[in-house]
Amino acid sequence: MSKSRFGLIAYIAFVLIPIYWLLNMSFKTNEEILGGLSLFPADITFDNYIKIFTDPSWYMGYVNSISYVTLNMVISLLVALPAAYAFSRYKFIGDKHMFFWLLSNRMAPPAVFLLPFFQLYSSVGLFDTHIAVALAHCLFNVPLAVWILEGFMSGVPREIDETAYIDGYSFPKFFIKIFIPMIRSGIGVTAFFCFMFSWVELLFARTLTSVDAKPIAAVMTRTVSASGIDWGVLAAAGVLTIIPGMLVIWFVRNHVAKGFALGRV
Amino acid sequence: MNKVENNKAWFLVLPVFLLVAFSAIIPLMTVVNYSVQDIFDQNTRYFVGTEWFRQMLFDTRLHEALLRQFMYSFSVLLIEVPLGIGVALLMPTKGKGASLALILIAIPLLIPWNVVGTIWQIFGRADIGLFGWAINNIGIDYNYAGDPVDAWLTVLLMDVWHWTPLIALLCYSGLRAIPEVYYQAARIDRASRWAVFRYIQLPKLTNVLIIGVLLRFMDSFMIYTEPFVLTGGGPGNSTTFLSQSLTKMAVGQFDLGPAAAFSIIYFLIVLLVCWLFYTTIMHISRDDR
Repeated sequence: MSKSRFGLIAYIAFVLIPIYWLLNMSFKTNEEILGGLSLFPADITFDNYIKIFTDPSWYMGYVNSISYVTLNMVISLLVALPAAYAFSRYKFIGDKHMFFWLLSNRMAPPAVFLLPFFQLYSSVGLFDTHIAVALAHCLFNVPLAVWILEGFMSGVPREIDETAYIDGYSFPKFFIKIFIPMIRSGIGVTAFFCFMFSWVELLFARTLTSVDAKPIAAVMTRTVSASGIDWGVLAAAGVLTIIPGMLVIWFVRNHVAKGFALGRV
Repeated sequence: MNKVENNKAWFLVLPVFLLVAFSAIIPLMTVVNYSVQDIFDQNTRYFVGTEWFRQMLFDTRLHEALLRQFMYSFSVLLIEVPLGIGVALLMPTKGKGASLALILIAIPLLIPWNVVGTIWQIFGRADIGLFGWAINNIGIDYNYAGDPVDAWLTVLLMDVWHWTPLIALLCYSGLRAIPEVYYQAARIDRASRWAVFRYIQLPKLTNVLIIGVLLRFMDSFMIYTEPFVLTGGGPGNSTTFLSQSLTKMAVGQFDLGPAAAFSIIYFLIVLLVCWLFYTTIMHISRDDR
């Protein structure tokens, strides 16, 4: 037993040490970072964080990212819920093809869509808005959301639907009052995945924005200037991008195990 | 579960269809449109037919990038799948330790991809990074910015760090779904540890592993941000994968026609490989049951 404990601890150390290194650096001044290697900051400085929290062009990056991620989460769930229900309950013309076509969008390399997206969203006047990025991220999040939700919904026995209809429930009323509460954890997990993939994506978010909706990931490239890289601020900004993810995973921790199987175990 | 035949279900799928059509079909049509034209500016464009496709299919840059891409994606799967299964087997089954391990292991998944690149960019440097410093101090000459092999290995290590948690968590959830009685039966039969794994745990993991392998294949096949941040595709072309070459061509050199043809070929390869994976895995899992 202790041998397996050791293996696990070694793996977790492998996961955490690079992150610790980033954290360590974010509390150092640039002189100390470039001066030599040290496992702990010699004298802890919060200047890097203060710089980010007092400069609107920095902290607005976080606000922008969170705005489009939230929008994307809401849109994805709203359209995916009815569709997943249809896929899990009914047979209809072209259902299998539709499902594979949806999944094929999850496989589409973002680089393929980069230029057309830029032109599409520019021509409809959505360039540099949060909604543009949110819609672009739907390309891979909606198929995933349908996939996960379909798995969870198939786990709910049909008899429940039938009983509800016999009891006189209309479809919308049944769906909202009975069905959605039953797959609560599935919805939480789906939201988590949508958050995750939208939050970590950079290519679309960077291409579709310039000033007003610029995501934090793109703002971070500012630390590279003619005078070199501002390592301390870069590290601090990196640490701050990890925090929202950790909060989200904390909220869904009890469903994570089930959710990662996408309802399919 | 028997499904009822009902074509009205299309109304429920319609919102998804419209949304994905807007964000997939229209752009894809644009790409197809570009791929058969030679574009100088908005008003000057000529129809060139399959010219770009022919050019791209014989382009050595594409071949090299494709080869690198396949080697990379298969190395990723070869390392991450066994490691992920291993980690999942080691994880505690219940209590506080279980959720703590779960959360700690999941962290890399929630870090923006460019930050992942940044972390390893710093971590691997010989002057300010622990990893680069340690490797160099053992006596191995390591410099990811200068040596192609080191750069390649660093991108691979970064991917293992970044994505093994996905496989581990998938397998962990698969293992949790095995009823305790199976293990009891195995104990009565005095099954070896290996037999338990092979005949009880592995079959139960097939479903989640299908998802894991597919997701990992798709995502590693379109990797862009991490190598871009780490080395910008260099040194030389050693870490220039398909997405990288494509972006260079489309945004860097603005060769819209060839880039569009490249995109279509790229997309078709992904589709084909995923379909092959999907059908083979489905086949195997059906045989197993």
